[in-house]
Amino acid sequence: MKLRELAHSRAGDKGDTSNLSLIAYRERDYEHLRRHVTAAAVRAHLGDLVRGDVVRHELPNLAAFNFVISRALGGGVTRSLALDAHGKSFSSVLLELEIPGPDPAAPATP
Amino acid sequence: MTRRVVRLGSGAGYSGDRIEPAVELVERGEIDYLVFECLAERTIALAQQARRLDPESGFDPLLDSRMRAVLATALRRRIRIVTNMGAANPVAAARRIAEIARALGLGAVRIAAVCGDDVLEHVLAGNYRFEETGTRVRDLGDRVVSANAYLGAQPICEALRTGAAVVVTGRAADPALFLAPLVHEFGWSMDDWQALGQGTLVGHLLECAGQITGGYFADPGIKDVPDLARLGFPIGEVEPNGDLVITKVAGSGGRVSAATCKEQLLYEIHDPAKYFQPDVVADFSDVRVVEIGPDRVRVTGGNGTPATGMLKVSVGYVDSYVGEGQISYAGTGAVARARLALDIVRERLRLTGVRMSESRFDLVGVDALHGDRGPRAAVDPYEVRLRVTGRAESVHEAARIGNEVETLYTNGPAGGGGVSKHAREVVAVQSVLIPAAMVKASVRIVEAAS
Repeated sequence: MKLRELAHSRAGDKGDTSNLSLIAYRERDYEHLRRHVTAAAVRAHLGDLVRGDVVRHELPNLAAFNFVISRALGGGVTRSLALDAHGKSFSSVLLELEIPGPDPAAPATP
Repeated sequence: MTRRVVRLGSGAGYSGDRIEPAVELVERGEIDYLVFECLAERTIALAQQARRLDPESGFDPLLDSRMRAVLATALRRRIRIVTNMGAANPVAAARRIAEIARALGLGAVRIAAVCGDDVLEHVLAGNYRFEETGTRVRDLGDRVVSANAYLGAQPICEALRTGAAVVVTGRAADPALFLAPLVHEFGWSMDDWQALGQGTLVGHLLECAGQITGGYFADPGIKDVPDLARLGFPIGEVEPNGDLVITKVAGSGGRVSAATCKEQLLYEIHDPAKYFQPDVVADFSDVRVVEIGPDRVRVTGGNGTPATGMLKVSVGYVDSYVGEGQISYAGTGAVARARLALDIVRERLRLTGVRMSESRFDLVGVDALHGDRGPRAAVDPYEVRLRVTGRAESVHEAARIGNEVETLYTNGPAGGGGVSKHAREVVAVQSVLIPAAMVKASVRIVEAAS
């Protein structure tokens, strides 16, 4: 399924660094997301859209993660040639990631 | 006498934000403070350029509109205003607010300007290197247009102690605009790291205004938000120990939920345990978010460790010039005609020797945002917009890029329409860290006589 069915996201920018939050709709999906939405999986998913590394921070209290991506914004928001210089729409890329469903018995809707 | 609960209203999330939500907050929010956060990274550099041309300018262009909208009511209800709309010229902004108060017949009003964030001379004289690229600031020579340190809560507290009805700053850490009233009201010690960390959390959650009340959140069918055209801006109810409830004016549009608060909590932070601020290194890693009623969310657990003693400085400099042109194609074959047009522009830029250090050739609606990663559509989009942009060393050279898109009108594929083009100077921003002791903040009082 698409990650979008289990979690929501907002992108932020500072200089050439983008951060993408990932927040589970249901707290019980946190472990499933932790297993499948690794920093490596996100890095592979973003491909050549970004140039740097992905670091994942875990926030179990919030059933959330924060992905911090370096060299992500065309040299920096203030000089990038991209249509979306801030990378605001990167949250939508993240949510397109395909992951296995959590538990066939549990409905995936929030 | 410390208050039991302080109510902070957030009246703007960026320079161009809506005006009416702040009016709603002063009229119906029962707030004690109204904070306007209006200063993006690059804004102050552009404001500095404006100030060079006119010494009485350099503050936020919407200062007049916002003050005219809220000042009378705020004064009547003893709601104090804190804002960074001073941008590159807080003293001129304070004088302007005094003029507005006089023009509106509001009686005696004290306005405090927080100065000292401008550290351009110090940074140019020093041997500072950019955090991002490691290159030396000094090597940019006269391309450097501004260097402003992020001030903390202390000088804003000093301004509040003067009894000023309005406090106007230049560059300050955004959360500090909210932290300062809390320190002032509750008498928090500037080494109470837990309180400063929680107060920073309050500021961080409120600083983007509508982004925590359902703005920038809606996704129809999954994350629905009511009445976004009348989005209410947030109110933070803060107790003396820093415990926070996020809410909004009853009947306003939007929604405050655990989910909206979590999205804003993680917005533009990196390591949640190390959110670097002038006054504290805030730690959000143990924060709890609980819905306690309709549009009421309790947020607790912010913590902190001692500040680093270094202040971040945003350095603005003329980086380059960017030119851009766009044109649209529609109907069957639109994508094929747009791709042909891209090939033509690419070849024309080469044939005519336009010098670019970097360029992009995008089809908006196909690959402009995320490249060609999307699933291949079985059917081409009905319409598509070509966008060519490039970086050059002069505005003249940059303008040639848009011109080569415009000539597609009479020389390119069939049916292209709606050309737009521009060329602009790019003022970019990078940062350096300087010892906090090098920054001497001060407060200047401007009085509007009755």
